[in-house]
Amino acid sequence: MPDTLTPVLTDDWADDRAWTLDAYRSRGGYSVLEKALTTKPADLVEQVKDSGLRGRGGAGFPTGMKWSFIPQDNPKPKYLVVNADESEPGTCKDIPLMMASPHKLIEGVIIASHAIGAKNAFIYVRGEVLHVIRRLRAACREAYEAGLLGQDILGTGVDVDLVIHAGAGAYICGEETALLDSLEGRRGQPRLRPPFPAVEGLYACPTVINNVESIASVPSIIREGKEWFSSLGTEKSKGYVIYSLSGHVARPGQYEAPLGITLRQLIDLGGGMRTNSDGTVSELKFWTPGGSSTPLLTAEHLDMPLDYEAVGEAGSMLGTRALQIFDQTTSVVRCVLRWTEFYKHESCGKCTPCREGTYWLTQILTRLNDGRGQDGDIELLVDLCDNILGRSFCALGDGATSPITSAIQYFRDEFEAGMHTPSSELFPPAASTLFAKEAAV
Amino acid sequence: MTLEATPETETPVELVTLTIDGVEVSVPKGTLVIRAAELIGVEIPRFCDHPLLEPVGACRQCMVDIPDAGNGRGFPKPQASCTIEVAPGMVVETQVTSKVAEKAQQGTLEFLLINHPLDCPVCDKGGECPLQNQAMSHGHAESRFVETKRTFPKPIEVSKQVLLDRERCVLCQRCTRFSEEIAGDPFIELIDRGAHQQIGTGPDAPFESYFSGNTIQICPVGALTSADYRFRSRPFDLVSTPSVAEHDSSGAAIRVDHRRGKVMRRLAGDDPEVNEEWITDKDRFAFTYATQGDRIRTPLVRNDDGELEPASWPAALAVAARGLKDRKSAVLTGGRLTLEDSFAYSVFARVALGTNDIDFRSRAHSDEEAQFLASQVAGTGRGVTFAELEQASTVALVGLEPEDEAGTIFLRLRKAARKRGVKIVSVASHTTRGLTKTFGTLVPAAPGREADAVADLELDDRSIVLVGERLATSAGAYSAVVAAAKKANARVAWVPRRAGDRGAVEAGCLPTLLPGGRLVADAEARADVAAALGVDSLPDEPGRDVTGIIGDVLSGGRKGTKALVVGGVEIDDLPDPVAARKALKKAQFIVSLEVRESEVTQIADVVLPVAPMVERPGTFINWEGRRRAFDAVLSEPNSLTDIRVLAGVAEELGRPLGFRTVAAARAAFDEFGTWDGERADAPTVPAAAAPDGGVVLDTWRLLIDDGRGQDGQPEYKATARRAVIRANEATLAAAGIEPGQNGTIAGSTRTTVTLPTEVADLPDGVVWAPGNSGTHITALGVSRGGPVTLKPGGAK
Repeated sequence: MPDTLTPVLTDDWADDRAWTLDAYRSRGGYSVLEKALTTKPADLVEQVKDSGLRGRGGAGFPTGMKWSFIPQDNPKPKYLVVNADESEPGTCKDIPLMMASPHKLIEGVIIASHAIGAKNAFIYVRGEVLHVIRRLRAACREAYEAGLLGQDILGTGVDVDLVIHAGAGAYICGEETALLDSLEGRRGQPRLRPPFPAVEGLYACPTVINNVESIASVPSIIREGKEWFSSLGTEKSKGYVIYSLSGHVARPGQYEAPLGITLRQLIDLGGGMRTNSDGTVSELKFWTPGGSSTPLLTAEHLDMPLDYEAVGEAGSMLGTRALQIFDQTTSVVRCVLRWTEFYKHESCGKCTPCREGTYWLTQILTRLNDGRGQDGDIELLVDLCDNILGRSFCALGDGATSPITSAIQYFRDEFEAGMHTPSSELFPPAASTLFAKEAAV
Repeated sequence: MTLEATPETETPVELVTLTIDGVEVSVPKGTLVIRAAELIGVEIPRFCDHPLLEPVGACRQCMVDIPDAGNGRGFPKPQASCTIEVAPGMVVETQVTSKVAEKAQQGTLEFLLINHPLDCPVCDKGGECPLQNQAMSHGHAESRFVETKRTFPKPIEVSKQVLLDRERCVLCQRCTRFSEEIAGDPFIELIDRGAHQQIGTGPDAPFESYFSGNTIQICPVGALTSADYRFRSRPFDLVSTPSVAEHDSSGAAIRVDHRRGKVMRRLAGDDPEVNEEWITDKDRFAFTYATQGDRIRTPLVRNDDGELEPASWPAALAVAARGLKDRKSAVLTGGRLTLEDSFAYSVFARVALGTNDIDFRSRAHSDEEAQFLASQVAGTGRGVTFAELEQASTVALVGLEPEDEAGTIFLRLRKAARKRGVKIVSVASHTTRGLTKTFGTLVPAAPGREADAVADLELDDRSIVLVGERLATSAGAYSAVVAAAKKANARVAWVPRRAGDRGAVEAGCLPTLLPGGRLVADAEARADVAAALGVDSLPDEPGRDVTGIIGDVLSGGRKGTKALVVGGVEIDDLPDPVAARKALKKAQFIVSLEVRESEVTQIADVVLPVAPMVERPGTFINWEGRRRAFDAVLSEPNSLTDIRVLAGVAEELGRPLGFRTVAAARAAFDEFGTWDGERADAPTVPAAAAPDGGVVLDTWRLLIDDGRGQDGQPEYKATARRAVIRANEATLAAAGIEPGQNGTIAGSTRTTVTLPTEVADLPDGVVWAPGNSGTHITALGVSRGGPVTLKPGGAK
């Protein structure tokens, strides 16, 4: 069990102008690029496969295996698409990564493109983060000017062109097939599978879609070796990841550590729970392991290793490792209502259960939050979630039910209180906000 | 359920055996689970699924449990049966045997209903609504939803004809998928998201589709309605009669719904071999032409003051017979006639009038065309079929714009090109929207110059050439088509514009043809027909075509034609309406058989009212040579068919036809059987020499235009394509016209056509204008391919 931070992706975030090519090079950036581009693509795929790198976007699918699904005998062009549409509530790792160290991602893009035989790569960035888009484009330009992108990179004969594409601000476009539709200029809605993107993805050509963090991890595997990478982490969850700690902790932020660290360790690294106005230290009430789509957990899970397997066994998902920490001042009902409002707002509308279900759930939760709950509302919520989970077109509908069912599982009494007492009486919002002073003004 | 017609030439299908609800069933590989279940009698509820549209899996209504996907492993979650293909050994449990599937279906249906208004009692769809029906059969009896429903302002116009009540929409995307996949008119699309998602149109892209009405029919709720039918009647008050569309030669199956003696609407019929489940908006909405107030209800006879006055049937028939007796007479027929009608006119001319002067071609025509029809079309039975269009290597269109002239063919060609990669080429003056939508390529040819282009077509023995009636204006074109097809062993089919034309050819409404492809010039054939008709002999003198008949009336003289029997002819359709009007005035005696008052009525001496299509049975022969019989929709004992009327006149003349009813006429026609005697030779007319400079006219009629068959439908008319003059940049520039500005085309008369201009890829010196959108192009006094002048501006 590792007990220290392992800064790899985050190592240069505090450097002066870390986002520039020079700064990145000064730490060894692009030093292994030539070696990687002269390595046979199949060997690169093997290296990543052997390293045990799993997708950092939430699902944890082995990255090397995803690459190996690209049919190399298919005469069509192949594409690499980086999913930088980071929109999950609580998730905030890719955006600071691209802001602080865009060249890490670009180097990963070049290596991954070579590995899968793609001459064109795209980074699909959520449209709201204009500052990140600008920074990525600047880095992309730098890389072109330095001969790191374009034709015959570093004289290796490898061609990779990179396009930084701005999304238009839709949560659904983080779903990989909706992202592809959006990237093609269509309305972003998930596609029917099969065909899977590896066979017919972008423009109906073989396509790999990877998360920012997955791709940015690739250069370190090439530089330090697959053995080094797989020496980190736990048996089935190899490597290091960024944990995004937010909420009622003393020092929220990005903590890069090997997979398998516990929340207790992370909260300690984050300076412990926040101190209340009366000087007492807050108690952990509940938390999400990987954003709001992952079923929430409680203090009983503090010592659980944060890797794919253990979190799965606890009935949740590691997801994007967006650890949202809530203390005893927080109303679960209010929190779940906020999340559900988000899902209602972001439901793409394609399938019935998600579109209509989130619309309905929001109304029931609003009632409970206001203390106007009706007999049978809790059973109704659970039943509606059952009618959404596994019935919707894509995983977003499933994700919308996670906070509700898990909250009812652990905090049913709070929902029952919603039959008669508004959450604002039981848990005054001012006490739980991080910005209570500002709210009071 | 529509099963695709599988021609026998295809290899036998591979079968897959699976188990659904404990019942083993074998279905063709690739079948979707939802349709395999239908075969064991299990109807899985569905909204977005449609057998002719690609699967989308959007509504999530058709969830089933699949404990074994055929590989020993099951799906952990219920699956949408409309997106899952069968696999060998697959085990499927539907709502019949699986509680999980049943609950998933009930859950989705409940979700669909939370935002659906409870306005079934005032909704057009109420009573025939898949949502209503499936809510009853697969839903909860009571809703648990007590909250606020989403609402939208009431209906928005998707087009003038198609209205959308957004709160009723279940967002199944059938309409958008139809428009994109089937029609190729992706002008409606989902907009917004979540519960506010809705169907909408773009700001500069109106829902301009000839097939828009199909979206209304396949809408599984009452979200899409037609301005024409909205709030007019309840489905359970309607009586439905299967019928055939009369607006083109496709023979599309339709369903006519009427209530208390009035047709309320028409729907597409389900005929996989012909129109699948789609019809054009013309077939759907243009049915009020016979109820426009100008219907002729009683026989009329012109009195001594020159006024038409009502007469009894016996009197009118007697006057008609007296007028025709001892006068040299000829017969002009038109496109509304059925096979039986045409047969009656054909027999009436030969037997009652003793002449071969009969011609159905109330449009531009040529001797070459008559010879083409006699040698390649008449009596050839079923030829190229819709299904075969999908099997072809190449379909070459010569002088035919299917989207305007035979919408069902257009849809089939689009399907053939889209799904099977059939190559579509069009010998025409320019690339049309229809050609683009069938992924076709243009073989450019100026009007009248098609013959040269045809000779250069790349054809093989799996190619099909579809020729349109416009080729009559292009010397040598029919000959070139026959020669090219013969050389490549390709097949040829003639696609006329009107429903009755193929039947008229078969019935012998041509000066050179007797029924069944028999030649007038062939004594043996004449004897054969005479024997079948029970007369001693038939006239052996060759007949005259329309132009010849009109010329003969005009040339006057003692031996000239003095009397005309006219049925179903619009004067403006004739190639030279000015001459035709003169001839009608000059003729001593005119008998008009017509449904509605027309220009001929004004001049006729005896006007004999006949039944419109809905009031009578009959048969059309479509372009394939397929018989499309239909029954009367409305029972109108006073409404007589052309057959009955002609029989009456013939009997007054003492030369009876031998039949009086549609059934008897059909039986008499069928007695001819196939003809194995002498056939006409294929035409071998040389191509015309290229004109020396100047501007020539190309034209055809748009699907939605000013034709009288479309009267009484303002909303439908409002969806017509914008009428424009098309020419290339050089031609417009030479005329001094800025693209987009008005241009004026003039021919040999004082009538001109003024329309906005549009640049298209026409050859130099060719200008295109619609045939009958605002101005009837024949009024210019030139036919297609003729010289015109193009000038800028002009009032419009």
